[in-house]
Amino acid sequence: MATKTQEKITKITEQQIERISGAEAVVKCLLAEGTDLLYGYPGGAIMPVYDEFYKYKDKINHVLTRHEQAAVHAAQGYARASGKVGVAIATSGPGATNLITGIADAQIDSTPLVCITGQVAEHLLGSDAFQETDIVGISTPITKWNYQITKASEIPQIMAKAFFIAKSGRPGPVLIDITKNAQFDKFDFTYKKCKSIRSYTPKTKVQQTKLQEAAKLINSAKKPLVIFGQGVILGEAEAELKAFIEKAGLPSAWTILGLSALPTSHILNVGMVGMHGNYGPNVLTNQCDLLIAIGMRFDDRVTGNLETYAKQAKIIHFEIDPAEIDKNVKVNVAVLGDAKESLSNILPLVNENTHQNWLNEFKKHDAIEFDRVIKNQLYPKKEGLTMGEVVKEINTFTKGDAVIVSDVGQHQMFACRYSEFNQTKSSITSGGLGTMGFALPAAIGAKMAAPKREVIAIIGDGGYQMTIQELGTILQTKIAVKIVVLNNDYLGMVRQWQQLFFDKRYASTEMLNPDFVSIAHAYHINAKRVTKRSDLASAVQDMVLSDKAYFLEVYVEKEDNVFPMIPTGSSVSDIRLE
Amino acid sequence: MMQKKQTFTISIYTENNVGLLNRISSIFQRRHINIESVNVSKSEIKSVSRFTLLVKLTEEQIKKIIGQIEKQVEVIKVFYHKDEETVYQESCLFKLNADLLTDNDEIQKIINSSKSRVIYIDKTFFVLEKSGTKQEVEDLYHILNKHGIMQFVRSGRIAITKPLMNVSQMLNTWK
Repeated sequence: MATKTQEKITKITEQQIERISGAEAVVKCLLAEGTDLLYGYPGGAIMPVYDEFYKYKDKINHVLTRHEQAAVHAAQGYARASGKVGVAIATSGPGATNLITGIADAQIDSTPLVCITGQVAEHLLGSDAFQETDIVGISTPITKWNYQITKASEIPQIMAKAFFIAKSGRPGPVLIDITKNAQFDKFDFTYKKCKSIRSYTPKTKVQQTKLQEAAKLINSAKKPLVIFGQGVILGEAEAELKAFIEKAGLPSAWTILGLSALPTSHILNVGMVGMHGNYGPNVLTNQCDLLIAIGMRFDDRVTGNLETYAKQAKIIHFEIDPAEIDKNVKVNVAVLGDAKESLSNILPLVNENTHQNWLNEFKKHDAIEFDRVIKNQLYPKKEGLTMGEVVKEINTFTKGDAVIVSDVGQHQMFACRYSEFNQTKSSITSGGLGTMGFALPAAIGAKMAAPKREVIAIIGDGGYQMTIQELGTILQTKIAVKIVVLNNDYLGMVRQWQQLFFDKRYASTEMLNPDFVSIAHAYHINAKRVTKRSDLASAVQDMVLSDKAYFLEVYVEKEDNVFPMIPTGSSVSDIRLE
Repeated sequence: MMQKKQTFTISIYTENNVGLLNRISSIFQRRHINIESVNVSKSEIKSVSRFTLLVKLTEEQIKKIIGQIEKQVEVIKVFYHKDEETVYQESCLFKLNADLLTDNDEIQKIINSSKSRVIYIDKTFFVLEKSGTKQEVEDLYHILNKHGIMQFVRSGRIAITKPLMNVSQMLNTWK
């Protein structure tokens, strides 16, 4: 009863008419969509909206980042850790163009974002006015949808559409550009949430016949392999995935963005596929008789050479986006729809099974990988610290409960390969775009989304310096983000490729780095540097126990490499162990 | 097996919004695909626009492109057809010297045989209009070129498809 009355009240308030400015309407729309936190940077063309933030500061928390790129990454981190829409706001011109990298990142990694940019007044459009840039034109190929508002009266309907489009179906970034006159003008405000758009089908209804076809293949498979991606997390289908694979006894591997959807310790979790994934799932991709892809898109980093990818197997693709079907890999059965609905509906159709012998194949490969790769990373005999052992120490003290935000490069691969996770939405990384500089701001957003959870950013010395200015945001917001920089004084991943494929010609990969601990201290962040193995455990413990932000620099082996590795253009089964 | 490239007519039904042409053309640009011609007009449905694009692709390529176009929020429905499944025309205009009409009857013969028509006459020039297939337009161009063409312009292909495109029915069921 109580909720019904509540709904009625909300309905009435939603439809209440008030005469307000466009700028105030923007804030009211955000509040109506449940946004009480956003990231941004002010400037001329967005000042009317900022003036409203000042008035509404009790209701909406605007976090001032130190660069607009960081505002988008923070919004991404927030969205990925919470499952809600992240919001970033910036002014016109350079403010808007600084958002671009983050928007492109959100587009390729399907992150729901609403980005708001200020724009010069309508009468100045196209006149090369101060800080005018065609951000709608620029952002078109990297947004799910974008729109320029030139009249205040458009604001409620467009904002409602923006949130609906960003979150529904396969999520993605939406950009709304608002001319300054539209922010100043007054109009009669009412707000109605968007529930559908006639030209847009967010998800197809799952077809029972397709489920039956899929179930038939699953029930007759002798060597089935599941590969799941972020679709499981975005569709909140973690429990359905677990029930499905447990009933049918399906060994399950993950793509980098699917990480944490299934606990690390789960008996059927057979590790990561792809370029630096685990040995077993990569090799056995080319031995399985049925490949069951769930909410993943057969990225080239996952498949290696398509000509030799799982040619022996039948393939089922559970996917929400029709454009992904047969895009890279031709499939036998495509089940369109969201993962939650598909997986819960297929559950009664699949037979119970264990596939014990087949599962043992993975264990055999795991043993080989442990012996030749993992052992040396986690229990090194050499003097230099390995990135793997740092991640292992973090596991020890967080017990798999932390949110790990990784940047891009070698440390990212170590973080994703060796981090342990007990719950979903716990690994946040730039998978598709590979954006260096992502982790520090994304970790700020993630911590704000999950304030009670430990959030640890693992970053390389290169990527750290791409958004290092966000230490200022940490200083100002007092957000308790933990930062681990794995420093090898190299752009390690590029250096690794130079070593392997360019005869060790280390062109512009060596870094002369500053004193990172002093920099952290300058921002009043507790900091420590570790150079010896004997100091590592206590340093990680200090960091995890700290209730404030903490910076830990670990000086690691300079020329360590990430293995296993599928060289570009090679087959997944030709994965190299050294 | 490598498929052969062929000409496809793409018909896109969309909402009538600013920027949609940019959004659709960027899908081709990103994949380094040249658009042979493009035409945007109203359609048989009120407030729905129709894009007609001509591209040379393999059938496998066109299927993927259609998926990407259809994915755009403001695109209602996309169809692709081979030449034999469409009835198509291009339209062109020639600006020619008015003296050609009086010098002799050669131009008059060309006009009659090519089924083109004079749509404007001035003291100094006249304008000839011709609709037809690309080849018919090309042929006329070469004939007239000998007499000197002052200006030439040709429209993109417009095409009606022989198979049904049930967009209105689809929109009705969505209501």
